[in-house]
Amino acid sequence: MPPPHDPAHPHDPAHPQDEVRAELARVVREHAGRLTASLVRVLGDFAAAEDLVQDAIETALRRWPADGVPEHPDAWLLTTARRRGIDLLRRQATYRDKLARLAWPAPAEPDDRLKLIFTCCHPALPRTAQIALTLRTVCGLTTAQIAAAFLVPEATVGQRITRAKRKITQAGIPYRIPAGTELPERLGQVLAVIYLLFNEGYLTSTGERPHAADLAGDAEWLAAQLAWLLPREPEVLGLLALVRLHQARTGARFDAAGGLILLPDQDRALWDHEAIADATRLIERAAKLRRPGPYQLQAAILACHAEAPTWADTDWPQIVVLYDMLLALAPSPVHRLQRAIALHHHPGPRGGPRNALADLDALPPADRKALEHYPPFHATRAELLRATGHHEAARTADQHALAHTTNPAQHALLQQRLRWD
Amino acid sequence: MKYVLMFVETEEFVRELEAMTETERQEAFEAAGRWFTEHAAQITHHAHLHGPETATTMRLAGGDAIVTDGPFVEGKEVVSGYAEIEVADLDEAMALARTWPGCPVVEIRPIT
Repeated sequence: MPPPHDPAHPHDPAHPQDEVRAELARVVREHAGRLTASLVRVLGDFAAAEDLVQDAIETALRRWPADGVPEHPDAWLLTTARRRGIDLLRRQATYRDKLARLAWPAPAEPDDRLKLIFTCCHPALPRTAQIALTLRTVCGLTTAQIAAAFLVPEATVGQRITRAKRKITQAGIPYRIPAGTELPERLGQVLAVIYLLFNEGYLTSTGERPHAADLAGDAEWLAAQLAWLLPREPEVLGLLALVRLHQARTGARFDAAGGLILLPDQDRALWDHEAIADATRLIERAAKLRRPGPYQLQAAILACHAEAPTWADTDWPQIVVLYDMLLALAPSPVHRLQRAIALHHHPGPRGGPRNALADLDALPPADRKALEHYPPFHATRAELLRATGHHEAARTADQHALAHTTNPAQHALLQQRLRWD
Repeated sequence: MKYVLMFVETEEFVRELEAMTETERQEAFEAAGRWFTEHAAQITHHAHLHGPETATTMRLAGGDAIVTDGPFVEGKEVVSGYAEIEVADLDEAMALARTWPGCPVVEIRPIT
């Protein structure tokens, strides 16, 4: 089977240095995880292997822009990591000898990156460390790049990674694929990390850059690798489809001034219809495995939107049914909110804005409380209130939404709506 | 690798235990006893601690030791026992802890 398609990092072709940066990131990402995996296997030491690869990547990022990307980047990275390792581990004879014997091309081994991913996403590590470690170890990002993407100080990311690696060693977090009975739960952890990473990139709530495209691209790449390594896990296919469907709309999500365009107003001709067809095939493949799950259902909902010629011609009854299935499997206040939005547009007697508003106002207190600081909740209520003629209450709801939004693009959109009113 | 499993009782657990009939309580203790027998191959040592009211805490910083009555942290969760185990890695320690039939919280710590 050929390796999965690598979605190129989206970048602005008007800036050649962005193109170089994107190309470097792509090459590094392709090889970093594999190299770390083989060094962990040879050395039997996760922390040491990870350090050596990180060091080689930092050297590459300094050298390649001037020298050009070598013909065999993986051989170059291995040689650099090995040389540095032999140097650093001079006093540890066993490591040094093992490293010295390591040659490129490395003997064909089954892809060990799956073990790497499971170690990075181990539930005994805090979520922030799982994310940082996965990005660094599996995607080959440097600490500085992770810090820039999440807008946190580099020292903070460095400390998270150091602590996590120390815990891996001291607490005996294993480097292996979890046993059969543990696999579903642990795979759930991995998928959660990838989806969180995607969401952070797709619509980050921090900073000036509303669209941290690189993180979303990394998440899509991770999901594609995982789908390649675990082709018979339907939720993995579901997550990849979900991410692809979101990514397919990237070109239509922002106007020329960087303002956010919401789904109903997007130019559907700008969507990536090839990616949508690909995602639909993934959903069908997953469905054949007959183990439905939250990612597959969310992807199916998004596919309904992606296949609709217009917002009005969307198959709303089908979407409401899918939300009911999703809520039965994974109850969440956000999914309840989204179901209410679908209900608003449902043409049948149980649909319409009045029913949707009644549904939102009947949310259990715990869900209501959870949504209090979620801007889309207030924005949706505003829309439903406006559709049912409650203009004053709608304005108040929009102001609530505005007060809770930190994303500049969302902020601009809400302000515009308040002005129009 | 060696780990210590620290068994932690919560207030709720203690209340449930008190609400049990004598036979039910006996059954609960026997379930814990069976667990130690079934996993004897991995458990190198284990002990049950007497209640926190029997604890004495000494703070040795400075010249004179300060002696207080009670555990070092007053809390709703109390360590009630421990088991030292020898397993391959954290996943095996977690798998073992998952089968523990007693109190609802188990802290796993590696030891050297």
